[in-house]
Amino acid sequence: MTAAALDVERLNRSFGALHVTRDVNLTLERGARRALIGPNGAGKTTLVNLITGVLRPSAGRVLLDGDDITTTSQAERARRGLARTFQINQLFRGLSVLENLAMTIGERDGNCNNMWRSAGAKRSVIDEALDHLESLRIADDALKLVRELPYGRQRLVEIAIALAQRPRVLLLDEPAAGVPSSESHLILDVVAGLDPEIAILIIEHDMDVVFRFAKQITVMVQGTVFTEGTPDEIMHNEQVRAVYLGQERHKVARHG
Amino acid sequence: MAASETLTGEPTREQARARAAEFLISRHYYRWPEAVPWLIAIACYFVFPDRMTFGSQVLVMIMFAFSLDLILGYAGIVTLGHAAFFGIGAYTVALATLRLGWSEPISGIIAGGLVAGLVGAVVGWFILRYRGLTLLMLTIAFAATLQESGNLRSDITGGYDGLPGLTFDPVLGLFDYDLYGHTNYLYALVALAVVFYFVRRIVYSPFGQALTGIRENVRRMHAIGSPVHRRLVTVYAVSAAIAGVAGGLFTQTNAYVTLTVFDFDSSAKVMVMLIVGGTGRLYGAFIGATVYMVLEDYFSKLSPTFWQFGIGLLLVLVVLFARRGLLGLVEDAGAYLSKRKQP
Repeated sequence: MTAAALDVERLNRSFGALHVTRDVNLTLERGARRALIGPNGAGKTTLVNLITGVLRPSAGRVLLDGDDITTTSQAERARRGLARTFQINQLFRGLSVLENLAMTIGERDGNCNNMWRSAGAKRSVIDEALDHLESLRIADDALKLVRELPYGRQRLVEIAIALAQRPRVLLLDEPAAGVPSSESHLILDVVAGLDPEIAILIIEHDMDVVFRFAKQITVMVQGTVFTEGTPDEIMHNEQVRAVYLGQERHKVARHG
Repeated sequence: MAASETLTGEPTREQARARAAEFLISRHYYRWPEAVPWLIAIACYFVFPDRMTFGSQVLVMIMFAFSLDLILGYAGIVTLGHAAFFGIGAYTVALATLRLGWSEPISGIIAGGLVAGLVGAVVGWFILRYRGLTLLMLTIAFAATLQESGNLRSDITGGYDGLPGLTFDPVLGLFDYDLYGHTNYLYALVALAVVFYFVRRIVYSPFGQALTGIRENVRRMHAIGSPVHRRLVTVYAVSAAIAGVAGGLFTQTNAYVTLTVFDFDSSAKVMVMLIVGGTGRLYGAFIGATVYMVLEDYFSKLSPTFWQFGIGLLLVLVVLFARRGLLGLVEDAGAYLSKRKQP
């Protein structure tokens, strides 16, 4: 039996008296398409931060391809193939889109230890960066500064950077958050077309997206896994409807 | 398809790719305006033969400001204690010649750079876990600690009276130091050019790119797997080494050194120079240090008590109206002119 791409075992985290993550178990098989849903404050982003190493868990383990990475640094996890996007863009705003990508590839391959060669000397890096931009149809913006792009395009750069890390596990934290609904389909098409080899966990509030994209859904409520199952099971689960979908229908649980 | 695109003037996919790639590939090429500051520096040798000692001091400060630009302008490390490394270099050279009789100048400044760089690596390893105000305070504390330690052992350092009358061998065994500082000026200029070449390579390297990444968004750098702390410590050590070389040159230029090289004033002054010139753009240090030193010289003759008013006014004007420094203004002017040329 091969290990799952990502395995989270009985993860706990408290901020003082506030127990924001309680005994969370979560598994992503290779090529998984899992959605993580739940009302605001359920601890979804905290879970992503625990998995990626921004936060350290109080108890529990995180396994990447069967290796225990609970205590490894965030950067080391990234180098081992765990990538994420942020709910709010975290980009190199003063640099061009192409540089954002080239730097990511440089750090991935260890080129950035080199202090002597010029950054543009490796044509393969530039070509790969442009390939990623073309696959997301933002190659026209390659030489624009990130801060000059509309927010929706910046969201695509955010995804392009994650893809340039060549991840085996990708955590998407509300990829369409803050994007006008007229443009969000562009981002969701990209998400739907991602490499089937990559195991993906997506946090999303739009139920249409969740039910279209995910093969498995985990529902979190108040820091703990409430239930999980296929989209069909979740849709017909009365309790889930009560705690989450009911609210969603009244547009209470939206943020972004 | 491709052919019709060419006819309508739209770039083809290959052309667009090539254009984008060209930007990264050619970014580090030398361009002719870069020759200007060097030509001016050489011209000064002939135009102001009686101001060569002052000229050497300007070159030393350019190198010092340059070392700060590497960490402040590129990596975004804010420090008000960079004089610590300048002072370490200055005292390494002074003590080597005074106590060890090691008075060969070139190996002297290299030794000054190495010692400062080593200290920079150790100190950086400790303090670069912090950012913002905490880091700022730690850099000030380190420089102050060094200065007071020097004061405590004034039997070695000469304290605030300093170590006067230092002598050095002729440069390369050929060119002796003269009363007017001609030799020293050319020697400092060559040293600056060598240091500049190294820093320029670093800035345009993948490592240099990673530094700008840390400056722009450190959270993202962690997320893409960058060993941020190691990168910062490395560049801090390199910057400290350059400051050390500048300090060594300072000692050789003045043939004299006191503990005032560690002054908070000195750390603050070099930061003002860099801000006036423009951070993160290589030649900002040239403009900033030169303008500052020349104005300081001019104002202090005009009014020995109130000369700082002029410098202060300049800083206020730059911060208010030229956020990217004087070099930023030059860049804007260049962009404006080239736009007018091709409407």
